[in-house]
Amino acid sequence: MSEPDPDTEARRIATQARDRARFEEEALSLADQVYRVARRLVGSREEAEDLVQETYARAFRSWSSYTPGTNMRAWLLRILTNLNVDRGRKIQRTPQTQPLEESDYYLANKMAAAAGEEVLEADDVVERLSQGSVVKALSEIPPQFRDAVVLVDIGDFTYADAAQILDVPIGTVMSRLHRGRRALKQHLAEEVSP
Amino acid sequence: MSGDPCDRCEELLQDFLDRTLTDVEWQEAEGHLAGCDFCARRYRFEESLRRYVRTSAVERMPPGLMAKLDELRGLDASV
Repeated sequence: MSEPDPDTEARRIATQARDRARFEEEALSLADQVYRVARRLVGSREEAEDLVQETYARAFRSWSSYTPGTNMRAWLLRILTNLNVDRGRKIQRTPQTQPLEESDYYLANKMAAAAGEEVLEADDVVERLSQGSVVKALSEIPPQFRDAVVLVDIGDFTYADAAQILDVPIGTVMSRLHRGRRALKQHLAEEVSP
Repeated sequence: MSGDPCDRCEELLQDFLDRTLTDVEWQEAEGHLAGCDFCARRYRFEESLRRYVRTSAVERMPPGLMAKLDELRGLDASV
């Protein structure tokens, strides 16, 4: 077997270095979006920062397993959610019990009961709920439901991408999403006067 | 619609907003919403709520994190 041609080998190394640099640039351009999702999957800013750093360390080490042209944001989030599960979601304070299933109109009905049916016509009706209460409510829903809500409703992932990230069938994503949204409204309803 | 039409409309709410209803279900929901203020108000409320949740929950990346991520470039696969 002949020795590899030094010029060919140099070209191969240069191409690989260029591909890697492109991969890293693209991954870093998504960092803000990755952090935004991470922040709502975990309990604190510090934990989100750690998780994003671990995600990028793993992504940069295994860059060659990424298929160019596929959804890199979903690929990064897949790494992140796996790491989050591996960490045992240790810092989260979430109830171990499943929430009671209230209906989809529950929050609107409660607001209407408290302030009159016409309140639902007001442009600022949802702003009566504080921004902090949304964040708190999200942190209180069971993790498997929250993952689906955060990925689809905050991360803007499709059902299919969310299914790939969470490694579950699309039907499971839909079911968790529906239940997560209901649980979220249930928590938000707690701040509405009876 | 069989049973209480508002109950059925409520059942279709999330898929309606996600645009995942079948054509028949879509027509069913739209037909009911055209004549039912109660459900129409709740559908509009839910749409606003989704937008509010999205904007309320966004937190920008802390300053300094990007520099830390940038330092990770070039990590060796064997490390």
